[in-house]
Formats: sequence, C-alpha cells, structure tokens
Amino acid sequence: MATGMRAELATPNPDFLGFENYNGVLTLHGTIMIFLWIVPAGTGAFANYLIPLMIGAKDMAFPRLNAIAFWMVPPGGILLLSSLITETPGAGWTSYPPLSTSSGQVGQMTWILSVLILGTSSILGALNFLTTLLTMRIKDMTFYDMPLFCWAMLATSALVLISTPVLAGALILLSFDLIAGTAFFNPTGGGDPIVYQHLFWFYSHPAVYIMILPMFGMISDILPVHARKPIFGYTAIAYSSLAISFLGLIVWAHHMFTSGTPGWLRMFFMIATMAIAVPTGIKVFSWVATIWRGKLRLNTPMLFAIGFVALFLIGGLSGVMLASVPFDIHVHDTYFIVAHFHYVLFGGSVTGIYAGIYHWYPKMTGRMFNETWGKVHFFLHFVGFNLCFFPMHVLGLQGMPRRVVQYDPQFATVNMVCTVGSIILAFSTIPFIINAVWSWSKGPKAGANPWRALTLEWQTTSPPAIENFDEEPVLWSGPYEYGIDLELIEDDRSVDELLEEVKAEM
Amino acid sequence: MKIPTAIITMLFGVVITLASLWYGQNNGWMPIAASQEAPLVDGLFNTMMTIATGLFLLVEGAIVIAIFRFRQQPGDNTDGPAIEGNLPLEILWTGIPVVIVVGLSIYSFEVYNTMGGLDPMASGDRQVVQVAANPDAQISGLIPGDSQARPDRVAVGVGASPQTQGQPADVEVDVLGLQFAWIFTYPQSGVVSGELHVPADREVKLNIKAQDVLHAFWVPQFRLKQDAIPGRTVELRFKPQIPGTYPIVCAELCGSYHGAMRSQTIVEAPEDFDAWLQSQIAMTEAGENTVAMVPETLSKTDRLALRTADLGVDDRTLAQLHHTGHHH
Ligand SMILES: [Cu+2]
Ligand SMILES: [Cu+2]
Repeated sequence: MATGMRAELATPNPDFLGFENYNGVLTLHGTIMIFLWIVPAGTGAFANYLIPLMIGAKDMAFPRLNAIAFWMVPPGGILLLSSLITETPGAGWTSYPPLSTSSGQVGQMTWILSVLILGTSSILGALNFLTTLLTMRIKDMTFYDMPLFCWAMLATSALVLISTPVLAGALILLSFDLIAGTAFFNPTGGGDPIVYQHLFWFYSHPAVYIMILPMFGMISDILPVHARKPIFGYTAIAYSSLAISFLGLIVWAHHMFTSGTPGWLRMFFMIATMAIAVPTGIKVFSWVATIWRGKLRLNTPMLFAIGFVALFLIGGLSGVMLASVPFDIHVHDTYFIVAHFHYVLFGGSVTGIYAGIYHWYPKMTGRMFNETWGKVHFFLHFVGFNLCFFPMHVLGLQGMPRRVVQYDPQFATVNMVCTVGSIILAFSTIPFIINAVWSWSKGPKAGANPWRALTLEWQTTSPPAIENFDEEPVLWSGPYEYGIDLELIEDDRSVDELLEEVKAEM
Repeated sequence: MKIPTAIITMLFGVVITLASLWYGQNNGWMPIAASQEAPLVDGLFNTMMTIATGLFLLVEGAIVIAIFRFRQQPGDNTDGPAIEGNLPLEILWTGIPVVIVVGLSIYSFEVYNTMGGLDPMASGDRQVVQVAANPDAQISGLIPGDSQARPDRVAVGVGASPQTQGQPADVEVDVLGLQFAWIFTYPQSGVVSGELHVPADREVKLNIKAQDVLHAFWVPQFRLKQDAIPGRTVELRFKPQIPGTYPIVCAELCGSYHGAMRSQTIVEAPEDFDAWLQSQIAMTEAGENTVAMVPETLSKTDRLALRTADLGVDDRTLAQLHHTGHHH
C-alpha cells in the first residue's frame, strides 16, 4: 500500500491511483500502520510476551482480560480493511471535520468503529500491564532491578490510560455529527471544528510516544547484551521514560500552530515540546555511551538496534525544529513533516520492532535465524529507508505539501528517488519473511540463552514452557551486570553452570 | 608516536563546529525568501540547522567510530568494562540540551513576535464563531449569513509586527478557500480574482475564510501558512518584498482534488499593482468580469478549471461573489 502511494508519486500527475483512491489509501495506510502494526506489535505483542518473562511471572495479572484485548485486534483490523471493498474513508488518519463529516458516511463510520475497537483493546492491555508490573514481580525484584523495557511499559501504559479515552470521546462525538446530524464540530450548526482537533491531538500526540517508548525500552535491553557492557545510566534512562510520558501529555497543540490557537498558547506548547528534547537526548547519549568501549557483537539484532539510534536521532533533531512556532508555520503539513514522522515511527519504531524480533527470535521459537539474510535485510532496510525519506525534508522546505496526489513538476526528480527508496524498502521485507519462516522449523537449535544475556526471560527454556518457567526463576544478578564476572567466564564456565551454582547456594 | 586523546577530541570538536557552522548557513534547503517575514524564519532555521548538524555529526560520528573501534575481536569472548554511568558526563548532556532549548525558545519567541504572531488584534481568539454555510450547499448558502455576521477582527493568525501594530494595512484582501479553489476579493474596489496580486513593499492583510471544509493558505516563498477555518475569519498580515510569481498551495487535506488546489500570487511593483487593479475595475464595470474570470485565472492550471466547473464554482457563483463584493 505504501509502495503503491510512492509509485503514484513517482510522476507529478495522478496516473496510478487517481484522486479519490489516493486519499482512501493514505487514510488506510496511516491507520493500519499505527493501529494495526506499531501499536499492537510494540505495546501489544512484545509487552504481552516479555513483561511476565522479564519479571519472572507465570502470566499477566488478568489473563482473561488479556485474551479479550488480544482478540479485539483482528475484528478491528478486518473491519478497517473491509472499507476497501465498500467505501474508503478519505479524510486522512486525522479525520478532521468538516471534511470527515461531509464525505462518504459509510467509509468514515467504518473507520471510526474500527479505531474505537482497537483503542478499547489498547486500554484493556495497558491496565493489565500496569497491574502486572506493579504486583507480580518475583520477590527480591525491586523497581530498580527491572529491565528498562518494563520501565518503558510503565510509562506507556500510563499514557494509554490517560489519553485513549479522550480519543474515544472525540470519535463518538464525531460519529454523532456524522450520523445523527448533531453539530459538535460542525460550524454550520454553531459547532467548532477546532475542538475536535484539540481532542484528537490530546490522544494522538501521546500516541507517538505510545509507539516509540516501548522501542526505547527494547533498545535499552538489546544494546548492553550485544555490547557486553552495562547500560550507561540506568536510572536516567528509566526516569527519562516517565518524563517523556508526562511531557507528552501537555504538548498536543503543537500540531495546531497554523490552525486556530491563540498566540500565548502557541508559545506554551512550543516550550513544552522543546523540553521533551532533554529526556530524549539523555536516552540517545546514554545509548551511544553504552556501545562506546564495549565489545560489540555486530549481529543482526545489534545492527538494527544501532540503526534505530542512528535513524531516530534524525527524527529527534527535526522534531526540535518543528517545535519552533515560526518554523513550523512554514513546514506544517508538508513533506518535511512526512519525513520527520517516518524517521520517528519507521526509522525508529519499526526498526526497533525488527531489532526486537531478531533479538528475541531464539527465545520465541527456540531456533536461531540465518545471520547472513538478517544482515541483508538490515542493509536493504537502512539504505532504502534513507533514500526514501531523507530527500522529503528538502521537498517540504521547498514547497511540497503532504497528502497530495499531484504536485509541481519541479519536484519530480526527488520524488523519483523517494520512490526507488520505497521499492528497496518493500523488497527488504522478503529476506526477513523468508528467514523468519524458514528458520522457525529449520534453524539450528538456540538453547535457553544464546546471547548470554542476564535478564530473566533467558533463564527459561526456548520457547518458554507453559507457565513460563519450569522452575522458579532466580534473581542472581542485575539486568545489566556485564563485565564483572569476567574471570568466571574465562574459567570456562557457562552461564547455565553458574546458574546451577547460584541455585545450589540458595 | 601517540597523540594524546585530549588533542584528538579537541580536533574533532573544532572540525565538527566548523562543519556545522558552514552547513547551517549554506544548506540551500529553503526556496527564495520573498517577504519581509521570510528572512527571519530562515535565520531561525539556519541556527537550528547549525545545532542539528553539530549534534548529528557528533552522535552519528561516535556510532560509526564505535562500530569500527569497539567491534568484538575474533576469539575474544569476554565482556567489556563494567561502566555503569558517569555522573558529570550525564549532567553535562542534560545541561547542554537545556541551554539549547531555552535559547531556541527565546529566539523563536522573538522571531514570532517580530513577524506579528503576538499582535493582540490577530492572536487573541475572541471566540466569535459565525455560522458558516453547510458544506453540501452551494456557495450561495454562505453569503447572507456571512455579510451580517462578519465580525471585526476575530482571528488567530499572524498580525502586524510590533512597529506597525494598530495601523491599518496598505492593502486588504478577503480570501475564500473552497473545494477546490481560492477566490480573492479586494473589498476596497470590489475586484474579484482567482490569483492574488499584491504590491511589493506594502503591508498586506489577508482575511482568510473557508466556505466548506478546512483548507490552508500557504506561500512557501513567504514562509507563511494559515488554516482557513469554516466559521471564522483569520488574519494573515505580511509584507511581500521580491517581485515575482509564487505558488499558493492548499496545505490541509480538503478532499479528492486537494492536490490540485493551487493558485499563484503575483508580487509586483506598486505601480504595476495599481494598473492591474484599474484594469480589473474597468473590466468589472464593462461587465466582463465574470466571463473573463474563469479562463483568465483558473485556466492556468487547466486541470483545475475543469474541476471547479463541475464542483459548482461556475459563472453563477462567481457572479454572486462579485455581487457581494460591493457590500463591503
Ligand atoms: Cu505531536
Ligand atoms: Cu483545500
């Protein structure tokens, strides 16, 4: 779908998808990527799988609730996709009224319902994560013994619980406008479309952090393992997640600098938004310091994790620029924005998900993936991504607005480059999928702890037994205490043997 | 011979600083700056580019060096050193971003104020929301409600810069965004046009409205953008400087032909502008206006002309607009 959009944009004229279809496709692309890929994969799948394992629990706090949350995703997804057959919603993933209330009713209502279902699912999930993290850690595990992924999920769940209900409210009001003809956001009846924008962004800015915080956590867990070095500044990284989560709640109107917001409000949101750069900067610097002077195993998960830092940095830097109101007025709703959020959500979140998949693949399947094809995947992904999205920064500054199917011919060459990049990006998933499927049955056996990692999930068998751990797991080291058992490993004793020893002592 | 680490670090620092300073000023990423406001935005952008380039080189450079210098040596299965943090360093990399962010906020505030973003006339949202036309209705639905409820300056946009606050602008233009065209009305003379003509070096004030859904008025060369919101009038005030023809782009998704919703603005010497205005008035009086309108302006992008025709922006609606122009 994304490549289809790029194919359309290879030339300045609407000759592939056409006007109507393009808007439908762009709405679905945004909604699917956010609600059906990054949110379920990051906060759903990984959190469900890893939280209990990392804190030594048998299952989540509310397994039944968990199942409900999980099974709400497929119907939501199918409903959304069904709009491809009936009528596609064409108002963008933001669905600003009055456009969203005056174009096709069926398509728009399908969109609202599916987002409501997916939103409810993530609220239920967040409730569960929070309870699990607070009450089900094995004894002896304090907050400061938790892997950083758990800290990140604390911050993410809090954000979901506060912000998602507001989106649900806004969408319900929007559906009243759409179907019952009320006028909450409809200026013809005295309503105000700007109110919808406030409600929408109150959720949707935090949504960005809901999509990136779990990946921050995963990267903080993956880098130390393959750098064989403790995470640099554990406490700072843990608290910066909470700081981001808090600040993320008070910056929503930076998406509205060119719409109806008073001057003083613009200034407030500018300063709050810029402030997020501080905790985010702490993370980036700490990650670099973690790999600095380590002994890097440059395997596929490590490459993706380092690639994450490299790509996310660019999204972070353009993010600070966007916070500045006078500059944002120029680039708002242009390709500069498209470049920015793809660096955050694709270069960041999706690269992070790949890092996580490769890192925990042995744990999930019990088998190793093929390194060579993993690396091929990484290089295609990295090159294709930058080729596709970096030139968009310049396109936006020069004057190309987003969400257009037709553009000024002077931008044709650069758009062609972007399209080539997106094709490489599309091809990069082929080695990934083949590798993942093939290795699942044919890959070499992984053993419990192929990375010699220290967090609890590596103490159990791969894949984990039914209630996660056959024997009670033992907290015998902090999550990142690499480098202090140097002599022991030179003694030629494996981690498993060490584990036995520790257990015997207890 | 071994060069001390401190010297190497310093050398790196100097190189990165020089490179960032150079690239910050010479990135060439912005189109020409054709309004008085544009160089201010560009100055801000170049400053941010300088800082961003510096941080980019620093972090990406460290990553690349780490990959080559600190990769696992063959046969070495030991761990790295057990470094868990370094408080002074962490304070440093918290403190520096704080300083940068505070500096950028103050600088942005200054620029925004100079541009007129904090002009109380333009930036105070007085919440007088008018009743706009039903999007499904023809343009005619808008006009009656509009002419009675036309508020004084109820707007949230970019107003006059502090030096000119309180003074009326030299030229006022009413801008109406509708699916999928822009219509410009010069209230003083009643001229209606599909292109925006403005005199160079004169203060121009646009009163932006939307007829149906959200649109956004954007001239990249002016570095100015403002959403057109149904039910409100938004002020955008600026001073064009460099004569030329620049695109007007709709930057808010407004429906199927959003990408085709483009027009142009012509910045010309004040004499030329007056001449143009006179010719338009003459045409209006001769009754040719409505007939001449569509081919003259909209046909520039012939795709658009086709579309406006089947979307109801025809001679009749333009005639209506023109008619109301006399009331202002
Ligand atoms: Cu945001
Ligand atoms: Cu438009």
